[in-house]
Amino acid sequence: MSEMTDAVRMDKVTKAYGELKALDELDLVVKQGEWVSIVGPSGSGKTTCMNLIGCMDRPTSGVVEISGLNLANMNENDLTRVRREQIGLVFQKFHLIGHLSALENVMLAQYYHSITDESEALAVLERVGLAARATHRPSQLSGGEQQRVAIARALINQPPLILADEPTGNLDAANAAAVLELFAELHTQGVTLIVVTHDPSVAARGTREIVLDHGTLVRDSVLR
Amino acid sequence: MSGSSLAGRRMRFRLLRASLMRRRSRVLIELLAVAIGASTMFSLATLALDVPRQLGQELRGLGANLLVSPESELDATQLQQAEELIPDDALVAHAAFRFQTITINEQPYLAAGTDIAAAKSVKGYWDLDGEWPSQSGEVLVGRDVADWIGLQVGQRVTLEGASIEQQLRLQVSGIFSAGGNEDALVVITESDLTTLTGRGGRYDIAEFSVALDQTQLSALAAQINGSVAGVTASPVQRMASSEAQVLAMLRSLLVLVSVIVLALTLIGISTTMMAVVTERRVEIALRMALGASSRSIQREFIGEAVVLGALGGTLGVGLGYVLANTVSQQVFAADVRFNVWFGLVCVGTAMLLAWLASRHPVSRAAAIDPALVLREE
Repeated sequence: MSEMTDAVRMDKVTKAYGELKALDELDLVVKQGEWVSIVGPSGSGKTTCMNLIGCMDRPTSGVVEISGLNLANMNENDLTRVRREQIGLVFQKFHLIGHLSALENVMLAQYYHSITDESEALAVLERVGLAARATHRPSQLSGGEQQRVAIARALINQPPLILADEPTGNLDAANAAAVLELFAELHTQGVTLIVVTHDPSVAARGTREIVLDHGTLVRDSVLR
Repeated sequence: MSGSSLAGRRMRFRLLRASLMRRRSRVLIELLAVAIGASTMFSLATLALDVPRQLGQELRGLGANLLVSPESELDATQLQQAEELIPDDALVAHAAFRFQTITINEQPYLAAGTDIAAAKSVKGYWDLDGEWPSQSGEVLVGRDVADWIGLQVGQRVTLEGASIEQQLRLQVSGIFSAGGNEDALVVITESDLTTLTGRGGRYDIAEFSVALDQTQLSALAAQINGSVAGVTASPVQRMASSEAQVLAMLRSLLVLVSVIVLALTLIGISTTMMAVVTERRVEIALRMALGASSRSIQREFIGEAVVLGALGGTLGVGLGYVLANTVSQQVFAADVRFNVWFGLVCVGTAMLLAWLASRHPVSRAAAIDPALVLREE
């Protein structure tokens, strides 16, 4: 049997903005099925790290691999394809499209990935407990519901990696708990999760915690 | 990927419909920007074409612009031959006149015998006190003649022909002022002139009012000269060139205004489209983060703008026609012609403008790093 490829591999990755190094020779490996929490103060490099893993930025030096695919020599279209096929994104501010229904927001990710299938999109909304709200527009949903729609959108193409940036940052405690329950469920199903957070209680739900400071990894702890 | 399959096309249509139907206030602004531009463009283009035509017809009321005179006398056959050479839709009015010296109170005057109804249509610009003669037994006298003799409307006057036996007592139906030599004329029916002179059916001149431009009028005169024997047709140069100048100036003015309006329309549509696309920058960034290529973003957003251009253009053509027709009704009391080709060109231009106006902002938005936009939001 061949050895399982890593979900994410960063090898001596540096991202510099002029003199400032947002990431400084960062080495990081995330195994498939892990739930990694990335924490650190503002300016520690969390966002840069997320953007590089999310194929939305390129490193100044070093190698980034997603599911064994080296991003170094890829053009914009290839990076878009990797993002489309390998990664599900969840944002702090949900970023749902206001004039589309919950169902259409989910189907939009399908549309850019492959073939739209309404029943499949409904099934994913069912999975996050929002099938009954499928025709509602974001303005008609609560913050927690909107974030669950965003998670459904991230899941629709069954990506092996979910990248969440402060996913509970705009939610109250009850809704934050519901979102974390969903992540836990995805984790048990073998989905790799990378969650950037300021909240220690959110970070504690992961299986591993990485602390960044000034662009370098200062702590890497296995939580369970 | 997106858009190539039937499901993809259905989804694209669904996204387009959602964008148009659910972003009502924004879509309305875009639609209005395009519709106002297209309606102004269509109404100006319609007026630029129709006003000179209608004004040309109005100017024809200022008198004849083509004279046909014989070598000796003009008979009915020659008159008919000349008339047949004039396009039906260009012939506004015509009348033939026979001049004969008659005497009133033993003083000689020049009488013009004519078909009164026809003369009325050619000499519509005469300033009239009273009425045109409605039958034999009535006379229309020029202001100079009336002053010399001391005639007034309703008075009776005796006209004598070549001999003392050839005389008629006629009632003055009106007194006209033409502001020139014509004021020394007396105008009577052909039959009364025949009674006075004993000769009829022949004319000294025919006057035509023809709605053609200067070049066409000269060509028509040449054609009559070449085809009808014994006559000389000549355009009234002063009238024809003045008309041509007025119409050319008017057309140039309308074209200039149209060009300026077109430029303003382009700026208006561009500004609106740019504002709307800028407002949707986050949506564009999100779609790119979800895996949309820059190309598909451009196709979707520019496509949407072009659809809006088509809808706004069609609405604008309808409004533009109503506007042009209202102007024409107010000024000329006549409807403008709906030019289908103009309509199609205006809708096409609105689509082209929408495409041009959205192309740059969409390309710019699609080139921005999506992570940056999503973070800023």
